[in-house]
Amino acid sequence: MKIISDLDIELVQPLELDVERLAQSEWPQEIVNREIHPAPDRYRNPIGRYRINRLANCLACGHCAEVCSLGVHVKPDGYAYMLRPQDHLCIGPACTENGASCLSECPQKALTMLRNPSADCMGDPRWSSDLILSTWHQAATGDIPPSHLEYRHSVSGGGFDRIRFQFEIPRLSQDVLEKAYETNKSLRAADSIDTGLDLNKRDDGRPQVHIDIPVYGGGMSFGSVSIHTILAKARAAAAWNSFTCTGEGGYPDRLKPYDDHVITQVATGLFGVREDTIQSVRIVEFKYAQGAKPGLGGHLLGDKNTPAVARMREAVAGNALFSPFPFHSVYSVEDHKKHLDWIKEVNPRCIVSVKVSTPTDVDMVAVGSYYAGAHIIHLDGSYGGTGAAPDIAKKNIAMPIEFAIPKVHKFLAAEGIRDRITLIASGGIRTAYDMLKAIALGADGVVIGTAELVALGCVRCACCESGRGCPRGIASTDSELMMQMSMDWATQRLINLHGAWRKQTVAVLRRLGMTSIRDLRGRSDVLCYLADKPISTKDAAK
Amino acid sequence: MPDRYHIHTVLTPPRFRRIGKFGTVDWREDCSRCSNCVKLRCCYDVYKHESAHDRDPIAAIQTLNECKACLSCVQGCTKGLLNLSVNPEFLEMGDEYWKPDLILSTWNQSDTGKIPVSGAGYRGRFAGPGFDSIWTDMSEIVRPTRDGIHGREYISTSVDIGPKPMRLSFAADGKMYTQPSRLLEIQVPLVLDIPAWPIRQTELAKARAIAAKELKTVAMISARDAMQLPPDQLQFVVPIFHRDEIKIGGDLISLAGTMVQLLDCEDVAEMAEAVLAIKPQAIISVRLALCHGAADRIVGLSRQGIKVFHLCADLHGREQLGNGQPGRHIKDALREIHARLISEGLRDEITLTVSGGIAVAEHMAKAIICGADLVGVDTALLVALGCRVCSNAHPATLDEPTGVSASPCPIGVDSADSAYAAQRMINLIGAWHGQLIEVLGAMGIREVRRVRGEVGRAIFMEDIEKEAFGDLLQVPREQVGA
Repeated sequence: MKIISDLDIELVQPLELDVERLAQSEWPQEIVNREIHPAPDRYRNPIGRYRINRLANCLACGHCAEVCSLGVHVKPDGYAYMLRPQDHLCIGPACTENGASCLSECPQKALTMLRNPSADCMGDPRWSSDLILSTWHQAATGDIPPSHLEYRHSVSGGGFDRIRFQFEIPRLSQDVLEKAYETNKSLRAADSIDTGLDLNKRDDGRPQVHIDIPVYGGGMSFGSVSIHTILAKARAAAAWNSFTCTGEGGYPDRLKPYDDHVITQVATGLFGVREDTIQSVRIVEFKYAQGAKPGLGGHLLGDKNTPAVARMREAVAGNALFSPFPFHSVYSVEDHKKHLDWIKEVNPRCIVSVKVSTPTDVDMVAVGSYYAGAHIIHLDGSYGGTGAAPDIAKKNIAMPIEFAIPKVHKFLAAEGIRDRITLIASGGIRTAYDMLKAIALGADGVVIGTAELVALGCVRCACCESGRGCPRGIASTDSELMMQMSMDWATQRLINLHGAWRKQTVAVLRRLGMTSIRDLRGRSDVLCYLADKPISTKDAAK
Repeated sequence: MPDRYHIHTVLTPPRFRRIGKFGTVDWREDCSRCSNCVKLRCCYDVYKHESAHDRDPIAAIQTLNECKACLSCVQGCTKGLLNLSVNPEFLEMGDEYWKPDLILSTWNQSDTGKIPVSGAGYRGRFAGPGFDSIWTDMSEIVRPTRDGIHGREYISTSVDIGPKPMRLSFAADGKMYTQPSRLLEIQVPLVLDIPAWPIRQTELAKARAIAAKELKTVAMISARDAMQLPPDQLQFVVPIFHRDEIKIGGDLISLAGTMVQLLDCEDVAEMAEAVLAIKPQAIISVRLALCHGAADRIVGLSRQGIKVFHLCADLHGREQLGNGQPGRHIKDALREIHARLISEGLRDEITLTVSGGIAVAEHMAKAIICGADLVGVDTALLVALGCRVCSNAHPATLDEPTGVSASPCPIGVDSADSAYAAQRMINLIGAWHGQLIEVLGAMGIREVRRVRGEVGRAIFMEDIEKEAFGDLLQVPREQVGA
């Protein structure tokens, strides 16, 4: 009897010592300033919605430069000619409505305006050209985009694009405004609105993890994106006291100065999973599936398995690497719990997130994860994702995140455990308004991936894999292509993007008379659905 | 275990110049001839390929059809001379169902036989009419797949065509009444169907017969065209008989494979008897229009002993107009027929094929989920050969399924060499097969037969929309112009 209790003490004590040792990362943590300053487009010719053409009969009188307050026309001192129009700054026909514009004032009628055909080549229904341009604007300035760009939603005709806040609807907004005015008379200063989240709701003795914005970065593995992209995401996360995720495939040494803002992933291939990486972070994420290719697992092509990647993954360079689906050690919630217990034992100070995709029984999966001991259930909807995936899987397998959030939120509430687990949504969160709608539908916070890449200059040409990789140098490990983008510039773009999103968050919360992002969770009564024909819950009950 | 089914795809370049989606607009006269030209820096060497023709007159003229619209050159040009624009020729292809992107993707699959893969998430509309309002399920933690698609377990895509008696019946003296089951097993849940509009069949029919043999499925060919084929190619051919052709088709029936298809008419039962008189082991299939009342007709014919049906929807996957009823989509019609057959206790005896509007691989999976056993592929096989679904594509009627169109095909799709055409078809079906495996793997189902009618493993827009958004305030869409 005595021997056993001695043993118990021996077992417990070193573990507690470990907690002490691990209370901080062993690496000195770098501090990144949360400062917003301009980070203009890195290309010579920025793209705008409109294009201004100047004919050869221009006299270079400079009158247009006086008329335009946006800086489209520039005639530097001492120059005989005008510079090429900075037409990415032009706001288009809205300008002519206010009276004098360069087009009407030009004495030679030498100026013409048209929609920029190159801008129309970008984008698709999910990510309209406007959305890409406005994300670039937010990343460049840290500010809300100009009114000629539709920055809140896209034109996919469903999901978030058919959900609006009631105050956005002209007919409804009058009542809503008055109601909001009553409740938020006292709300004036920007600082009084809290956009932070506590991620550990379990009260299980594990440390609390707080983030200052209700969003963190999605997993992109070493090898799938350039090291500059990885580091910029981590630095922006450090600046905003949020997180980035390693994805599957290892933890590069250069990430260690940001350990406190990194989530490391344990995925089905277990590539790059090591005891020390799990012990140095505050959140460990289990990836069961990913929305872009639900139920299919990952496949790193042999060409991408370079010596550096292979070293990180402890594999042989040049061989294709499969991450199988599913975890072959998990066939039940009990197995799932064993998995989580394993990680919790390896790192007693971390909290655990479970990333799953959105099958029809996603609500059961969420409840199962709660009972297995997860702190965060991360739903990855099927329309998002940044990695290469079979086209058939992107649209057709598993449900979009818009459907999964209310389903899981309501089910967790009915089970009485909604306030014991953090619900994170991802996979198709493109804008600040998407994020706010997701939260109003029932999520606590969101994860973004594509939006961050777009901020870095992605045009969504979808060629992440072909040839030498991303032609814009974001998702390429090609030594020449990746040098198109510097880490400092990329960091600033992401800091700015989050700054712009936070501004919009604060503005919406103030409009709704709320003081915290946590008040918005599950408040689907502030939303409305643009229906073809009315659908009601009464019918749904049938 | 038998050999794993495998489709041998071979890189087969297209016969025609590709029509790409993007083209650059270039004002060369202002070019400063700088040494830093973006055209040299294109990471896909598109400009280099384009200018190959300047140096070598035999080289193909490539008008930037390879451009991926990364906009690096547009944004990087020293003087900002380049612009990108969507190719108007590209936008003109196809119709509202066969969208240009779909045609291009089908071409790519027919070139390489590989499944389309791309990055950066989904790009299309949130949902759409018909099949676009269905999502298939996947399995996870609480109902996991036993093994992923790259695992050791084999995912079977084979289906059986033929009458499947539910029980054996015996006479008093112990003699068995029930005919022994005659089943035709095909390895992919699709048949190569006749084109949906009149087009010359000489080479095309031969190509389908060759492709069917390689794919271990069958090709549907009208009796008139099948009679022109050499006898050694008839083994994987299902001849389609008109009422009047039965009398002259004796040789064809005995030479062709086990299955014979009859166009629906009043005395189709007598036609079936005539076929069985020539070939007692034949599997009789009846081809009928998918229209209002098709379920009644199937139940009626089933009582007369016909158990295999081929339902033809229109070009865009809707019911054929009948009785003035508006055509529903295949998915709705099929779910009704499937449910009706279950309630009549007939479903498991019957094989249902559906064709018309099956344009991409997911349509095959979704039609099977909605209740079909297999599908027929028609227009996609022509697109594989370079067809752009132009305005010459007039739908044929059931009575006159093939023939020579008044206006000839502008790209001469009917003149492609049969072996070449067959390989393009094999490539396309190879890519489709790969995609079907992806869907089955994600669902954790290892046999396509088990997917039939599994609506519980699919998500339907009309249901999930109510469930998720039914409690939100509803605002008419027109009010905000969205």
